[in-house]
Amino acid sequence: MHLGTSSGRARRRRLVGRGMELLATLASLLAVALLVIVIASVVKEGAPALSWDFFTKPPAPFGQTNGGIANAIVGTLLMTAMATVIAVPGGVLIAIYNVEFAPPQVAETVRLILNVLAGVPTIVIGIFIYGLLVVGSGQSAIAAAVALSIVMLPLVARATEEVLALVPSSLREAGLALGSTRSRTVIRIILPTAVGGIVTSAIVAVARAAGETAPILFTSSIVANVVSTDVHGALASIPLSIYTNSESPSVHDQQQAWAAALVLLAMVLVLSIVGRLLSLRTRRQIERMR
Amino acid sequence: MIAETPTPAPTLGRRRFRIGDAGLRILAGAAALGSVLLVALLAYKVVEEAWPAISEFGIAFLWGKEWNAVTNQFGALYLIWGTAFSSAVAVVIAAPVAIAIGLFLSELAPRALRAPVGALVELLAAIPSVVLGLWGIIVLGPFLQEHVEPWLAHWFGWIPFFSGDPSNVGLLPAAIVLTIMIIPIVASISRELFLSVPGELKQGSLALGSTRWEMVRNVAIPQVSAGLIAAIILGLARALGEAIAVSQVIGGGLNFSLSVFAPADTLAGRIASQYQGSTSDLQTASLAYLAVILLVMSLVANVCAQLIVRRIRRQMGTGH
Repeated sequence: MHLGTSSGRARRRRLVGRGMELLATLASLLAVALLVIVIASVVKEGAPALSWDFFTKPPAPFGQTNGGIANAIVGTLLMTAMATVIAVPGGVLIAIYNVEFAPPQVAETVRLILNVLAGVPTIVIGIFIYGLLVVGSGQSAIAAAVALSIVMLPLVARATEEVLALVPSSLREAGLALGSTRSRTVIRIILPTAVGGIVTSAIVAVARAAGETAPILFTSSIVANVVSTDVHGALASIPLSIYTNSESPSVHDQQQAWAAALVLLAMVLVLSIVGRLLSLRTRRQIERMR
Repeated sequence: MIAETPTPAPTLGRRRFRIGDAGLRILAGAAALGSVLLVALLAYKVVEEAWPAISEFGIAFLWGKEWNAVTNQFGALYLIWGTAFSSAVAVVIAAPVAIAIGLFLSELAPRALRAPVGALVELLAAIPSVVLGLWGIIVLGPFLQEHVEPWLAHWFGWIPFFSGDPSNVGLLPAAIVLTIMIIPIVASISRELFLSVPGELKQGSLALGSTRWEMVRNVAIPQVSAGLIAAIILGLARALGEAIAVSQVIGGGLNFSLSVFAPADTLAGRIASQYQGSTSDLQTASLAYLAVILLVMSLVANVCAQLIVRRIRRQMGTGH
């Protein structure tokens, strides 16, 4: 159509535009390709080492090869569960305060502090809990759970705050107009409306905590190769077993690391995807209320 | 219905509710205050742990070159260098790629593709760093050593960055692992930023005859440039503080090398790799001193990013 009349300059502009669009598309392809490559490597190297024994037995003594990561699975489940029990109520309360009670300036400050906390390197959180709980009384799964809960807290608080802010103010006003107090409105109306979003934020935070290595390094890393549920002592964990095995020159250890990485990656990705789908649903539900 | 008679004991009920009201307010306020105190306690405790090293080496720790457990002499210079170098390389690679992804997801991609591709990019951020590190040691490192580094050395060996012998551990694999970590962070913020550019501006530019790229370059990017800088700072902060994956692939070398093939080490990486091997209290305190430096870096980066974001919000609020 206009090709015939367009000057060289116009054609060059169009070509530059096309080229840039192509580059942006390639960048997105690159990111997706990286995700696929990492997942594919983990599946390819890890899947052959998976077996019933891998899930049900602790690591084999040195030189033997039929061990598993049962102790690490138990430890990760226990530590993540304890961290969730600390971080979710704490995070939800902070979000309630910010959205429902705090003066704007105060809420803004608390938000800033939470963002700062979210930005603290997790290894520093490990050093902090090491000094607070480990020096003197020794490593324990409890100390590791506290460290993990600090990683989770800002995630839960921020995500919950976003969902609470989505709840239409008409619901709030209706509650207050019926003579309900603010707290009662929060407990009876706002929290039930937002519960899907709160669960989502918890799931995403659990996915993050389950894969964290640095906070556990100082708090629960010197462990025996037996399945234990004693949270007063150090417990093994999947991330740490990957970390130690990955540094080993032994091919068998590396294979154990890959298999453990496959288990961890599957857990984390499934949680992330479930959290994402749930969050879309909750948002849609709340938006329909408006 | 409306004129229903009040129940006999309203005062008691109402009073109980009011106590409950104060209860939740206090509990929630305490949690918020707790989070503020937690950050203060964290900073205090880490400085306290580092105190023996702070009083021994003072501020000179920052430019001390030695890290020697035998002579008990510790300094952070090479680690600061390694941290700055690896993070800088990662940001230089990640920022353009991530901003391009943000553009693709907000402006270019067909609508049906936006949500799924956006979700996949965000899933990249969900990969635990220890898994990325494992992949870095066993897959990425050897691949770079055999295929990429010899090529770089052959063609670009005259640039100091690409001098020296290819190696399976070193700064390059660390920087690439960091790049993978920060791409999703910067990409998802840039996408939000580009989506926030008012449609009238974009359409106005297109109506004046701009191509889509000219619209992006002349209208969209200038409109959100402060936000993009904040996003890059947040990505940088993530790179500075990553310990696990970096310690797995960087090789633990202490030097001032400009070569990306050479082994190096970072503040966070050193803390992670010496966690159990610490032989003296002074060494443990020195590791905590490294944590103090990291904490200050991450505080500065995050507060800067926050202030930029806050200023943008205020401008957008008053701009309408």
